[in-house]
Amino acid sequence: MSPVRRPASPGTRSRKWRATARRDVRRAGALQYVLKLYVTGLNRASGLAIERVRGVCETHLQGRYELEVVDIYQKPALARDEQILATPTLIKVLPAPLRRFIGNLANVEKVLFGLDLREKR
Amino acid sequence: MPLQPLPKVPSGVHGLDEITGGGLPRGRPTLICGGAGCGKTLFAMEFLVRGATEHGEPGVFMAFEETAEELAANVASLGFDLRRLVAQRKLAIDYVRVERSEIEETGEYDLEGLFVRLQYAIDSVGAKRVVLDTIESLFSGLPNPAVLRAELRRLFRWLKDRKMTVVITGEKGEGTLTRQGLEEYVSDCVIFLDHRVTDQTSTRRLRVVKYRGTTHGTNEYPFLIDEGGISILPVTSLGLAHRVTNERVSTGIPRLDEMLGGRGYFKGSTILVSGTAGTGKTTFAAILARAATERGDRCLYFCFEESPDQLVRNMRSVGVDLKSPVKSGTLEIHAARPSTHGLERHLVTMHKVINQRRPDVVIVDPVNNLVRVGTLLETQAMIIRLIDFLKARGITTFFTSLTGGGDDLEQTDIGISSLIDTWLNLEVVKNGGERNRTVAIVKSRGMAHSNQTSEYILGARGVSIADTYLGVSGVLTGSARLAKEAEDEAAARVADRAIVRKQGERERRRRQVEAQILLLREGLDADDADLAGAIQEGHVRLQAETLRMAKSRPAFVARGHRGKAKGPGVRKRR
Repeated sequence: MSPVRRPASPGTRSRKWRATARRDVRRAGALQYVLKLYVTGLNRASGLAIERVRGVCETHLQGRYELEVVDIYQKPALARDEQILATPTLIKVLPAPLRRFIGNLANVEKVLFGLDLREKR
Repeated sequence: MPLQPLPKVPSGVHGLDEITGGGLPRGRPTLICGGAGCGKTLFAMEFLVRGATEHGEPGVFMAFEETAEELAANVASLGFDLRRLVAQRKLAIDYVRVERSEIEETGEYDLEGLFVRLQYAIDSVGAKRVVLDTIESLFSGLPNPAVLRAELRRLFRWLKDRKMTVVITGEKGEGTLTRQGLEEYVSDCVIFLDHRVTDQTSTRRLRVVKYRGTTHGTNEYPFLIDEGGISILPVTSLGLAHRVTNERVSTGIPRLDEMLGGRGYFKGSTILVSGTAGTGKTTFAAILARAATERGDRCLYFCFEESPDQLVRNMRSVGVDLKSPVKSGTLEIHAARPSTHGLERHLVTMHKVINQRRPDVVIVDPVNNLVRVGTLLETQAMIIRLIDFLKARGITTFFTSLTGGGDDLEQTDIGISSLIDTWLNLEVVKNGGERNRTVAIVKSRGMAHSNQTSEYILGARGVSIADTYLGVSGVLTGSARLAKEAEDEAAARVADRAIVRKQGERERRRRQVEAQILLLREGLDADDADLAGAIQEGHVRLQAETLRMAKSRPAFVARGHRGKAKGPGVRKRR
């Protein structure tokens, strides 16, 4: 038997918890981005925002991002749970710290800076 | 077609509906503004909770400063169970968290997220009322105030379109009602709350700054927050239209009843007993309380000088038993130092207890101790409100008032005399090394009453009013009265003796006269006897003479002369 240190009580953590932990470790290693964009229906501002966030992700985060677009008209409870106030709102869930970008993302520089994809000038 | 008055919804805040003539404007926003800690959030919460529980109007609380848990904990002390209301789908709470540090503005935005959440919350409970507390914090949380202002304008339009009755809170700004000028958007009804400290006593006040389309009370009204929520004074109607009764209630002192037209106070009237220290005001109050409870009335005693136990003990020494009515529950003594609370808390506490207990008699002892808490003006206003409140319910009210030694005795400190129906003044008369107590009726509306100042004595069996003795210098009291009483008694005895003597004298005189009469009568009888003797004698002599003459002249005796010669006496004898 190799002297592998085993957890003191292996049964205390759920399988799901361990799976999530493993995923987090994997993501952190690859600096995986989790982004959520909340829009209100398909208006012009929503369209612009979706277009721009896709553009940024494809340019800078290819292969290491998850983007979810939520229409809060369809899921108003999510608006409450996620503390959405202004629209459109882009939330950077991961990597930490959590950050909210409000507005139609017209200022791409600000977005890149906020996503830690651009050094301070 | 008659004009439709502005539709209003009952606010649920005690007293506000009286001031605003029905409540807040239905389907419109109302701004509640004021400084920190003035009760804005509680006001808003009470509006929602009362709406949900009492008026069948569910509500939405959009909180920008506190989480739902914090809110629930904060208002639990007021008896509001938010969790239960939320579970019953009568209330929806949405906490809107705005963290400036994690927000980055990247372009044009709107507040559609807020609208969606509001709509969602409104739909979830079928809300009719909405509170935004306090929406101003958006200004510190979100960039670009110009966008924010435009969005707020849209929000209020949106709420109006949905016919929501909205309460918005706002922090007081420098020289403006709110920091961000919310009054610009909410122009239908603005209520200003104030919390200020005067002479170390804090007072909360409320003022309706504007109310479009309706008349409203414009004064500052004191209000307070306690375990029953917010109460604004006046709690009663402001009119002078109470009904009266001809029923009378005994004062508990038979001779005082006599002085008051023979039957005591009017039921439902306001009685004031004023007097300097130690004149027995509390005793009068206690006797009234006992008399009331013996009749079977309920009595409330608000005591600002003594503890209930002390009052009961002290009244026992003058033979007034308060213990048994306290035990049986017909008498309730509420004691508090005047300085414990501000004036309006005292007043509201009284209102509350009176509403709960529904007494027939209320005693406030002494009423002017409250002046120490507030200013003269405030106290006067408070007492007017209290009197109105009690009169409207037909409760007999008994105030005692302590008059300072140097003051004009007929001028009560708080100048409430015009509100009083029956006013007794107790005085101490210093005379011949004694302090004696007198009672006089200064006024008593609607009944004939004695004009005399009477002395009364606090004895082991309560108050007894002595006979009145008027001397040259006024009413005699104490030893002077006793001396006068003794003097009168002596004089009466002297008079009695004189009569007895006079009666004896008359008897003697009568007897004298009778003796004299007897004597005279005897003399007369003797004269009569003499006279009869003499007459008899005369007859005899005449007869003898006639006989002698007849003998000497027999021929001369003719027939015709016979009768003449014989005389009547002779004839009678035949």
